[in-house]
Amino acid sequence: MQKIRVVIAKPGLDGHDRGAKVIARALRDAGMEVIYTGLRQTPEQIVAAALQEDADAIGLSILSGAHMHICPRVMELLREKGLQDVLVVVGGIIPDVDIPKLNEIGIKGVFLPGTPMQDIVDFIARNTRSRVEA
Amino acid sequence: MKTAAPGATASKERRGSFTTISGRPINQLYTPEDVASLDYERDLADPATFPYTRGIHPTGYRGKLWTMRQFAGFGTPEETNQRYKQLLKAGGTGLSVAFDLPTLMGRDPDHELSLGEVGKCGVNVASLADMETLFDGIDLAAITTSMTINSPAPMIFAMYLVVAQKQGASWDVLSGTIQNDILKEFIAQKEYIYPPRPSMRLITDVFAFCAQRVPRWNTISISGYHIREAGATAAQELAFTLRDGVEYVQYGVDAGLDVDVFAPRLSFFFNSHSDFFEEIAKYRAARRIWAHVMRDRFKAKNPRSWQLRFHTQTAGVSLTAQQPYNNVVRTALQAMAAVLGGTQSLHTNSLDEALALPTEAAATLALRTQQIIAHETGVANIVDPLGGSYFVEKLTSDLEEEALAYFDTIDRMGGMVAAIEKGYPQREIAESAYKFQQAVEQRDKIVVGVNEFVSEEEGPIGTLYIDESAAERQLARLNELRRTRDNDRVRKALDALKDGARGSANTMPLLIEAVRAYATVGEMCDALRQVWGEYEETPII
Repeated sequence: MQKIRVVIAKPGLDGHDRGAKVIARALRDAGMEVIYTGLRQTPEQIVAAALQEDADAIGLSILSGAHMHICPRVMELLREKGLQDVLVVVGGIIPDVDIPKLNEIGIKGVFLPGTPMQDIVDFIARNTRSRVEA
Repeated sequence: MKTAAPGATASKERRGSFTTISGRPINQLYTPEDVASLDYERDLADPATFPYTRGIHPTGYRGKLWTMRQFAGFGTPEETNQRYKQLLKAGGTGLSVAFDLPTLMGRDPDHELSLGEVGKCGVNVASLADMETLFDGIDLAAITTSMTINSPAPMIFAMYLVVAQKQGASWDVLSGTIQNDILKEFIAQKEYIYPPRPSMRLITDVFAFCAQRVPRWNTISISGYHIREAGATAAQELAFTLRDGVEYVQYGVDAGLDVDVFAPRLSFFFNSHSDFFEEIAKYRAARRIWAHVMRDRFKAKNPRSWQLRFHTQTAGVSLTAQQPYNNVVRTALQAMAAVLGGTQSLHTNSLDEALALPTEAAATLALRTQQIIAHETGVANIVDPLGGSYFVEKLTSDLEEEALAYFDTIDRMGGMVAAIEKGYPQREIAESAYKFQQAVEQRDKIVVGVNEFVSEEEGPIGTLYIDESAAERQLARLNELRRTRDNDRVRKALDALKDGARGSANTMPLLIEAVRAYATVGEMCDALRQVWGEYEETPII
C-alpha cells in the first residue's frame, strides 16, 4: 500500500515546536511519510510544500492564537491550487469557540493539548485512506 | 538494593515502574548508606555558606518571602497597564511583562509575519510610546520588573531605561530582570533573530553597560524553563541551563570584563514540574554546581558571584485542557516544590492556560495559591526543610553528577555555542520529549483526566478572548508615530547603530539614542539584521 504523505508545519512567529516534532515522529513511526517544514512558514510556503510533496494531509501546529488568520488563508490557497482534497488538521491551543469555525472552513480535525498521538494517527489514516487508495 | 524491612518484597509492590517523571528509577527506601559519602560542611553547609546547597539567605523566607511575580501581558499597552495595576492592588509584589510574538521576534505590527499575532500571546510594544503607556502611573523606582524578552532584549531594556528617566528615576536605583538568554532560544524556544555569535555580543554589551550604569539590574535570566517545556528531563534542564551560564560567563570574561563585576547580576530561571522531590533536588543541586563553577572554574572571589539566585515558574506543559480545574492542584504542588527548593521569586500558572491566556479571575486564583503557601502552610518558617533527607540528598547528588557528565560532553564539543551548532542539546531534548509522550501513550505515566480518570461530560469554562481590535489599534498608533516623529533623527540613530555593530562599540548607548528618537523595535532589529544576517536552524525531529 502506498504510504500516506503528511506535511507538518509551524506557521506564524511562534517557535514552540515540541508538539509538531513529537507528532511528526509518531506519524513516521506509524508508517507515514512525514515532511516537517520547520519554523515560521507562511501559508503560501505551506501550501507550496504540500503541492510539491504531493501531500495527502497537512498538520498545522499553532499555539499562539493566530489560527483564525492562518487557517482560512491556508484553506483558500489550497482551493486556488486545486488541492481541496488534502486533509487539513490543526493541533495546539485553540479556544472552544473557534473549533466550530475551523470545522466550517473545512478543517476536519482540531486536536487540543493532551490528545493521544494514536488518536491523531488514526484520524489521519482514516480520513486520507480513500485518497491514497484511489 | 536495600529493602525496607523483612517481608517488604517487590512482589507486594504495585505493578509498573517506579520512576520520576524524567524516567529516573527510584528505590523503595533511602538510608544513611545512600548519603555516606556526603560531608555536611563540604557538600551541604548552613544556608548562606558555600556551596549554598541549603540556600543563599541565612534566614530563608523568614527574612523576606519570595517575590510573587505573575507573568502578564496581552493586547495593547493600555489593557496590560490596567492588568498590572490590578495585580499590584491584589498584593503582587513585582511585575513580569509578557510580550507578544511580533515584539519577541523584533517585528513591527505591520510586518507580514505579524498577521494574527499582535497582542495575542502578550502585549505589543513597538516603540517608546508604547512603553510609556505600559508603565503609566507605575513608579519604576519603587517596583521591580521582569521582562521576558530575548533577541530584542537590549532594545526593550533601552526603552525601559528611557521611561524611567522620564519619570525622574535614576538608573542606579532601578531593579529588575531582562531574560536576555539567547542560548536557550537556539536550544528550545526558538525565538532567535541573529546567528549565535553576534547574539552573544549583544548580551556581553548589556553586561558591560549595566555594570557601569544600572548596577542593580539583573542582566540575564539564564533559563531552564523553556528547555524543560520543550521536553528535557530534570537533569537535562539543570545541565543545559547551567552550561549556558558557563558559556555566558566565558564570553563575558573573553570580552575583557572582570568576572566579579558582572557575575553577581546573573540570575536563573527554572521550571517546577510535577515530580515533587526531583524538582526540589534540582534546585539544591543547581546552587551547589554553580557555586563550584564560579569559584573553581572561573576563580571568582566575590561570594555573590558564587550564589545562584533563581525565579521559578510552574510547568505550563503539565496543564491539561481536560478537566481544567485539576490544574489548580497541579500548580499548587509545583509551587510548593519551588518554595521548598528555595526560589527567590515565583510565577504560578492559571488553570485555563492550556486553553487560552488567563482570565483575570484565573490569574488572581493563581496568585492566591502562592499566598496560601506563604501564609497558611508554615513552610516559610524554616530554611531548607528537606535538607538531610536521605532521599532528597541522594537525588541532589545524582542530579549533580548527571549534569556534570553533560558539562564534560559539551566542553569536549568546544562549548555550548558549538554544541548548539551541532544540534546536540536540541536532539537530546527531542528524544526525551518523545520518550515521555510514549510513556503517556502506554500509560506508564498517568496524567489524570487525560489517560486515566477521564470524564465524558465536561462543562466549558470561560476563557479570555483577544479580539482583533488590539491589532488595529496598535497599527493605527504605529502609523501615527511614523507620521509625527522626527524621521531624520531616527534615520541617523539607526545608521549610527549599524556602524557601531560593524565595529566593536557597545551597542547599548546607540540603542538608547534610537529609542529616544522613537525608532521602532522592528526598525532597530532590522538595522542589525542588515549587519549580522538572520539565523536559520536545521530542524531536528
